[in-house]
Amino acid sequence: MSYENQFTANTQLKLSPFFERTSKLNESQEWRRWSGYLSATNYELHHDNEYFAIRTKAALLDITPLKKYIIEGADAQIFLDRLVTRNIGICKVGQVMYTPWCDEFGKMIDDGTIQRLSETKFRITSAEPNFDWIKHNATGMDVTITDDSFTTAALALQGPNSRAILNAVSSDSLNSLKFFWMMDTTFGDIPVSISRTGYTGDLGYEIWMDPKDALTVWDLLLEKGKSFGITPTGLHALDIARIEAGLILLDVDYISSRHAIIESRKSSPYELGLGWAVKMKKKDFIGKQALEAEVARGPEWDFVGIEIQWHELEKHFRKAGLAPGLPGTAWRTSTPLYKGNQQVGYATSGTWSPILKRYIALAHVKSEYAGEGSELMFELKVEHYRKLTPAKVVKTPFFDPERKRSCPV
Amino acid sequence: MPGVKKYDAIVIGGGHNGLTAAAYLSRAGKKVLVLERRYILGGAAVTEEIFPGFKFSVCSYVVSLMKPNVMRELMLPKFGLELLPLESTFTPLENDYLLRTADADQTYREIARHSTKDAETYMRFGPAMGQIGMAVRPILETIAPNVIRPSLSDLAATKKLLNHFKTLSSEQFEYLTKLMTMSSADFLDEWFEFEPLKASMSASGIIGTFMGPRSPGSAYVMLHHYMGDIDGAFRAWGFQRGGTGAVSMAIARSAEHFGADIMTEAPVEKVIVKNGRAVGVALENGNEYNSDIVISGLDPKLSFLKMVDESDLPSDFVTDIKNFRIRGSSGKVNLALDGLPNFTCLPGEGHHLRGAISISPSYDHLEKAYDDAKYGNFSQEPYMDIILPSVLDPEMAPPGKHVMSCFVQYAPYNINGGWNDQKREAFGDAVVNTIARFAPNIRDIILHRQVLTPADLEATFGLTEGNIFHGELTLQQLFAMRPAVKWADYTTPIKNYYQCGSGTHPGGGITGSPGEMAAKKILGLW
Repeated sequence: MSYENQFTANTQLKLSPFFERTSKLNESQEWRRWSGYLSATNYELHHDNEYFAIRTKAALLDITPLKKYIIEGADAQIFLDRLVTRNIGICKVGQVMYTPWCDEFGKMIDDGTIQRLSETKFRITSAEPNFDWIKHNATGMDVTITDDSFTTAALALQGPNSRAILNAVSSDSLNSLKFFWMMDTTFGDIPVSISRTGYTGDLGYEIWMDPKDALTVWDLLLEKGKSFGITPTGLHALDIARIEAGLILLDVDYISSRHAIIESRKSSPYELGLGWAVKMKKKDFIGKQALEAEVARGPEWDFVGIEIQWHELEKHFRKAGLAPGLPGTAWRTSTPLYKGNQQVGYATSGTWSPILKRYIALAHVKSEYAGEGSELMFELKVEHYRKLTPAKVVKTPFFDPERKRSCPV
Repeated sequence: MPGVKKYDAIVIGGGHNGLTAAAYLSRAGKKVLVLERRYILGGAAVTEEIFPGFKFSVCSYVVSLMKPNVMRELMLPKFGLELLPLESTFTPLENDYLLRTADADQTYREIARHSTKDAETYMRFGPAMGQIGMAVRPILETIAPNVIRPSLSDLAATKKLLNHFKTLSSEQFEYLTKLMTMSSADFLDEWFEFEPLKASMSASGIIGTFMGPRSPGSAYVMLHHYMGDIDGAFRAWGFQRGGTGAVSMAIARSAEHFGADIMTEAPVEKVIVKNGRAVGVALENGNEYNSDIVISGLDPKLSFLKMVDESDLPSDFVTDIKNFRIRGSSGKVNLALDGLPNFTCLPGEGHHLRGAISISPSYDHLEKAYDDAKYGNFSQEPYMDIILPSVLDPEMAPPGKHVMSCFVQYAPYNINGGWNDQKREAFGDAVVNTIARFAPNIRDIILHRQVLTPADLEATFGLTEGNIFHGELTLQQLFAMRPAVKWADYTTPIKNYYQCGSGTHPGGGITGSPGEMAAKKILGLW
């Protein structure tokens, strides 16, 4: 007798077009929700091997749950330039730009990448649904906005061997594809777009395709990638890698101003370390005035990398008779940071970095305490008791290999 | 030709400890020269392409005890240190197997398949050993005091250790005493009953040591292997991407970053001693280099019986060094494979090939292997610790091909009649035959076989008698006795001549610890 699911409401989690493969590979059967999709937490019982695939081999991640929108029309570039903080005018066809976007008060709504597919056609990715916001701001412009979330499937192939694998599968060489550029090619007779982007801070690519080709592409990559150590990888490993890369995550490191409820939960790009991505020379964009004012008075907060100092951390645990207790996975619990008796910030995500052998975190810190080398105290729990242990503000990305940007000679 | 360039310090030997000492001294602003005899750096921690396309960690093959502070202080991750977890231990048996993995529940279930008692005990054993490891750790991190004529800092260090030992619980004290005196077999018998589990665990008590699992003292060697930690987790073994040579290269790059000069193919003939002081070194090619101090990363036999004249040393010290036990007990067989070994008891590919493969089905297997060696033969059916580096790091071999590293024990240095080509091949055959008992396809997939006997290890890596630890890790050769009483704090009877190899405290393995502590001692005296 087979079990029949009687639940027909439209709120069930979506299954990615890769699910037929990923579900069978997922030994741990651990899944997380990601934008309404069922997404693998880790494929093996532990994420170690998947993490090291990102850093030393090649990790294959199903990133279909990303929100994707196509902006097309004569005004597409002008529109995007108004919507986001980066200068889309200089984004060439085949180029990709990472950018935040803000509300009228200069507070961040979301962040993502913009791919210029042609003179008049772009794809923008986001963490949360942004269709309404995008559409609302396009009023009166010659653009059509299409939700591409379900019409394009995507995989991320990240790690030092990712280029070699794609070269083995693709009909065109990836050797000259530069960091944050993309190209159209084919895998056999399957058309795909490949962008040299990712969420790991390593050499890596994202592959965009028609969902109907999803399984064939997956199989091809796994087959050709086997001798290069290709490893299906879940979100636990990705979370460690993205912290090492100093990349922020919506709803973890910041809250979208669209549903922040209270003012103090909102952040400007400056307060998230994204000042470099705000192009004030642009004529106008949403939030510009407010951001100008913020620059003039100086942002109140900064977003920095901190390193929890090992020696003292070890001492705390040794006093309790324990080996240093390190988090096995990345954490997302807001953790207070002090200067003297005063709380001057909070870390929003942190992890032990297996590749750097350092305990690192991303943190919101009051600007005056956020300079590189600034010494703060990090709240730590050792055997149920709260301790303060030194942490230092350090440069991000924590991990920044040369291969991320380089091309083979 | 008297010294062309004046150095503050010269390090003899570009092994990982010599390089570590050089990096620390350079970091402190000293001008350092490292002289390596071979064409390649790393000493025993070296990666070489022995067969085209196949890279071998020729000698040392895993990393577990590398000190976290050394990694950080020398910025080794920045210079290429990348340690991948070796997550399982697989013991193939005749018709069954034992597979321990990183997942506690999985391992519990697997051991319980053989013994429920052991499965539950196993969960207590790991943490207990971890605690003992922590208890002993401060010893490893203390520069061994001169117990005969202690200085003030020696007294302070000793007092600190005594105070530390006062904090141990009576249970910890009991375990510690047992570990220091018992054989690993006897010690494990108190905990477990399933023979293959006990045998596999006892194996770490014999590695690099001329003892069997039933020899008293082997329990301590086992503990030494339990003290390794990676990422704060005790008893975690790691594999360096690119082989162990990449660890050495990371340290070398760090040393160069801090300003050290490193020379390869520069064999040192002698330390130049004038009026009881080391003043430089003479190379085999006749070149001489002056320096304020000279540090030897070689083993104690070479440091004191070859690099300097006995007449420059006190005779009781010479006697101690001559008595220092450095009997080589192991060989290394590296295989280039056309595919993966297929184990009869667990066919196909899987997690079991991603960790250590331990050929240790029973105490008798190990003890008989030792019996052969006791009487001057290599083991007909040796104990082996095998890993498949290419499964963890595909770049170690061409696509679809593999490399297999077999640490093999026992192979006595003083084999009856001496080692020769014929015996080397016979030893290689014994290794392949033993693996074939469990994975018969091995014979058909070998593309190339490199067999290293203790005599080869001595000739290639300058390891006296082929001992991988620069001297056995038995109690009488540790801490304040390593390599000799009074001279366990990296100093030597010759002024300005220091030692920093694995033959000093805290001993062998890729730890960086002797190099680090020697450098810190030297900088303290400078």
